[in-house]
Amino acid sequence: MSVADQMKGLTFLDRPNSYIGRSVPRPNAKRLVQGRGTYVDDLRMPRLVHVAFLRSPHAHARIRGLDISAAKAAPGVIMVATGADIARVCTPWVGVLTHFKGLKSAPQYPVAIERACWAGEAICAVVANSRAEAEDAVALIEADLEPLPVTVDMETALDPGTPVIHADLGDNLAFERTLDVGDVDGAFRHAAAVVENTFSVGRHTGVTLEPRSIVADWNEGEEKLTVYHSFQAPHMMQDIVCKHLGLPEASVRVVCKDVGGSFGIKVHIYPDEMATVALAKMLKRPVKFVADRLESFVSDIHARDHRVKAKMAVSKDGEILGFEIDDLTGIGPYSVYPRTSAVEANQVVNLTGGPYKHQNYRARARVVFQNKVPMCQYRAVGHPIAVMVTEGLVDQAAHAIGMDPAELRRRNLIRDDAHPSTAASGIKFEKLSHQQSLEKLLTMMDYDGLRKEQAELRAKGIHRGIGLAAFIEITNPSAAFYGVGGARISSQDGCTLRLNPQGGVIASIGVTEQGQGTEGVIAQVVATAVGVPMSDVRVVTGDTDATPYGGGTWACRAAGIGGEAAWQSGKALRANILDVAAVILQSTPEVLDLREGKIVDKATGVERMPLAELGRVAYFRPDTLPADLKPEFVVTRHYVPKDYPFAFTNGMQASYLEVDTDTGFVKLLKHWCVEDCGTVLNPQLVDEQIRGGIVQGIGAALFEHCRYDAQGQMLNGSMADYLVPMSSEMPDMDVGHVVTPTASSELGAKGAGEAGTAGAPAAVINAINDALRPFNAHVCVQPARPEEILRALGKV
Amino acid sequence: MKAPAFAYAKPTSLAEVFDCLDGSEGVRLLAGGQSLIPSLNMRLSAPTVLVDLNHIAALRGVTEASGVIRIGAMTRHHELATSPLIASRVPLIAKAVPHIAHQAIRNRGTIGGSLALADPSTELPACCLALDAAIVAASRRGERRIAARDFFLGIYETALAPDEVLVAVEFPASPVNAVSGFDELARRHGDYAIVGLAAQGVRKGETWSSLKLAFFGAGDRPLLAEAAAQAVIAGKGIAEAQAALQDALSPSDDGECSAKTKMHLARVLLGRVIATMESGT
Repeated sequence: MSVADQMKGLTFLDRPNSYIGRSVPRPNAKRLVQGRGTYVDDLRMPRLVHVAFLRSPHAHARIRGLDISAAKAAPGVIMVATGADIARVCTPWVGVLTHFKGLKSAPQYPVAIERACWAGEAICAVVANSRAEAEDAVALIEADLEPLPVTVDMETALDPGTPVIHADLGDNLAFERTLDVGDVDGAFRHAAAVVENTFSVGRHTGVTLEPRSIVADWNEGEEKLTVYHSFQAPHMMQDIVCKHLGLPEASVRVVCKDVGGSFGIKVHIYPDEMATVALAKMLKRPVKFVADRLESFVSDIHARDHRVKAKMAVSKDGEILGFEIDDLTGIGPYSVYPRTSAVEANQVVNLTGGPYKHQNYRARARVVFQNKVPMCQYRAVGHPIAVMVTEGLVDQAAHAIGMDPAELRRRNLIRDDAHPSTAASGIKFEKLSHQQSLEKLLTMMDYDGLRKEQAELRAKGIHRGIGLAAFIEITNPSAAFYGVGGARISSQDGCTLRLNPQGGVIASIGVTEQGQGTEGVIAQVVATAVGVPMSDVRVVTGDTDATPYGGGTWACRAAGIGGEAAWQSGKALRANILDVAAVILQSTPEVLDLREGKIVDKATGVERMPLAELGRVAYFRPDTLPADLKPEFVVTRHYVPKDYPFAFTNGMQASYLEVDTDTGFVKLLKHWCVEDCGTVLNPQLVDEQIRGGIVQGIGAALFEHCRYDAQGQMLNGSMADYLVPMSSEMPDMDVGHVVTPTASSELGAKGAGEAGTAGAPAAVINAINDALRPFNAHVCVQPARPEEILRALGKV
Repeated sequence: MKAPAFAYAKPTSLAEVFDCLDGSEGVRLLAGGQSLIPSLNMRLSAPTVLVDLNHIAALRGVTEASGVIRIGAMTRHHELATSPLIASRVPLIAKAVPHIAHQAIRNRGTIGGSLALADPSTELPACCLALDAAIVAASRRGERRIAARDFFLGIYETALAPDEVLVAVEFPASPVNAVSGFDELARRHGDYAIVGLAAQGVRKGETWSSLKLAFFGAGDRPLLAEAAAQAVIAGKGIAEAQAALQDALSPSDDGECSAKTKMHLARVLLGRVIATMESGT
């Protein structure tokens, strides 16, 4: 928008034929539903070979020897490579960052050399002509493994008698953070009520429809490595491959085409994927690795696994006076590279109590090593734990002082006119809309009506519960997230636009698409900013050779950061086009506009010239233009948020459910979410992000759990035994919005991808406890299996 | 997740199947493949020869003769779900089938495969027990009928001899005043049940004259709760019947649910199924 337009109060939404804010269909949806997606496993190339890994059956074992002779002689086998073989090509890494003070971890190799530290860690690689042949040969490797004592239970990981997993590190403590703000002891001393509980959030994992997949191809003639990767951050992968294989940037290209879901699990460096890259270099040919479902369960990162002891002080009229929490989390044997496994616990500390006004807060988080699958960032990192702790205590406090839980929230949520503000933990909010969100939610769900219905049904022995959960979400991260700690992960993104002669626009952008609709949103923004039909915009993502340098898609940054880069780039291209149009039309750029592919008179909208005609002249008859006119039809603009470390969003969720008090089964009846992601670029995509996020949150609340035995063996690593949430059990979900744009960008868009996951578990667990209240029963373990509920009811 | 190499035979007659079952180790019969194929891909089993029964027409279909309903072993679950004969003559099966996994699995899975696998947490073995079914086994030596209560011997264990093929299952048609009841508790629709109950009885007015209660997911095979059934028949009240389950069932702990909780759930299920059967809904 021009300054003049802004003075008039006009926004991009007022641009004629704006696509922004409309639920336009995603351009890639038709292609994907027709089965024309290109996923990594779809790639076929000459001389392609396949790798399979022998994985440790023990949670902790010394590798005394590997007899690979039979495997080497097996049909179709090209190479059998041990950890030592691969380490000659690819150096190890340590998953630490300097802004997590004291964080430590041990060197991790693509394939374990001396010790396997979790059941599922790769200890030998077999490359063969087919995956089946590779698997046959894996079975022929004679591994001489000496089982070592295991550290499994995070509660005892720091005890003196517990085996230390990495002797060099001295103990099993990876990271500890403490915080003490305000007068916490005073707050608890003066409280009318202190509520406390121990919250347990089980391990779960991403279960992407498309498993982790990679094809790496070393072309000896060009000395170039091409990596096709089902991944969220191609430039980060490029940088890491360069570093650990000792290659210059110009030699490595990473291509991320269609990605079949990621949820954060495809943004980490995986040993088996680095091994695949190393094998391609060693063999000078393309090597494919596609994790199968069974190995996904023991090699994809796991998430959560927190135990939080927490208490909250409240006054007699419902003022929250302070929080105190003690979080313990187990991260497996290594901090995951390069983002580290300290982030989740750090977020728990940052976010707990975050929606509320209180200023007294004490927190401790300890991150411990254990012999389980490595744990790292997954959708809504830390948020659902912090929200569960906070909102669980808020409900307990409401009960303790006899106040309606909605009213207690109303009294304590940071007021909408109190921003900018700083939470007790120090996180900064530019502008939030808690109060509006709460009121909108209560209206949408007819809170009072539901309470009445609940009471009536209770009299008939039907036990329904209503659960509320306020949440905040970290989006649009600046360099404060990773860059300041030394991680070479870009927080800026760029968008390059190119005008073609017929008026089409190619947009290449650093953010990526994993099924959530990034390409669609970018096309909407570009079409609006430039002034062309959306069907004339083609979006290119996920190719380090073809897009501006960028961070990719994670932490809810694609629309907010990538979208703003696209917006700025689009405006610049339109200005360049209008400069040329003005010359051709013997006019001035100020009185012209570009709308839906036509140069028009700005005031009247009357068409002056099709864009294709401008393209024809500029590209094919530049001889007819003045000598000093130099049309510039390729432009690039970049964007990085700078004024706040994060663009926080906020919202409120509610769950309505029925508990069968004889069986402990929970029937979800309805779920509501009101969220504020700022400017809504595409309402349908936002709503579906919210719904999908809620489903994953419900998965955590009721179903998903990586169960382990005392020996560190995962017990339910298959789709039959690991319960992903499925549609039959999901409730209808109503999504509403409050729109508070961020002033950090012109578009004002913040992220929306993790809000659903952040708040849903707390809403559901609170609703269960609301239903159980007449029985004086309480659950605080996720997943809340029927057995947990029956136990709380004293029936088993 | 790639199956190890195996030989594959595609017989079109039972005689050819018998040829394949020549006593050598590692021969496995392939029915609907809904359990066997995943177990191959997960390398949990490694047969040398797979004998595909899908091309033997004689093994499919539902027929009635002399008051006996015969279901061919290769009849798909979906066919059971849509068979008018099953709905009218063996309604317990019609009630149970929708609980079997998901539609895609019901399209391929077969009754013979399910019974021969003898997974103790599945629906159809329990139905056979409740309905006094006879399992028809064939071999070169001829056909024999094995009563359902003698057929299921343990987890994945049946009375079939190595040279025998399960060719059909026969159910007595429902008598006058028959009532059937079925329910199960599963975490998600289509999951294996934590515990389930297939019940079949005869009830005139307010009086039971017979009742069979077959639980699944409650032991190493489907289990008849006879004392509980007698308590219901004798009108001793549901609490006594529920108490009688203690000695009849032997569920085991799994990560999702303890044995103790499964016993509790079995009692709840019994109360609910009997109440439904007695209310005539």
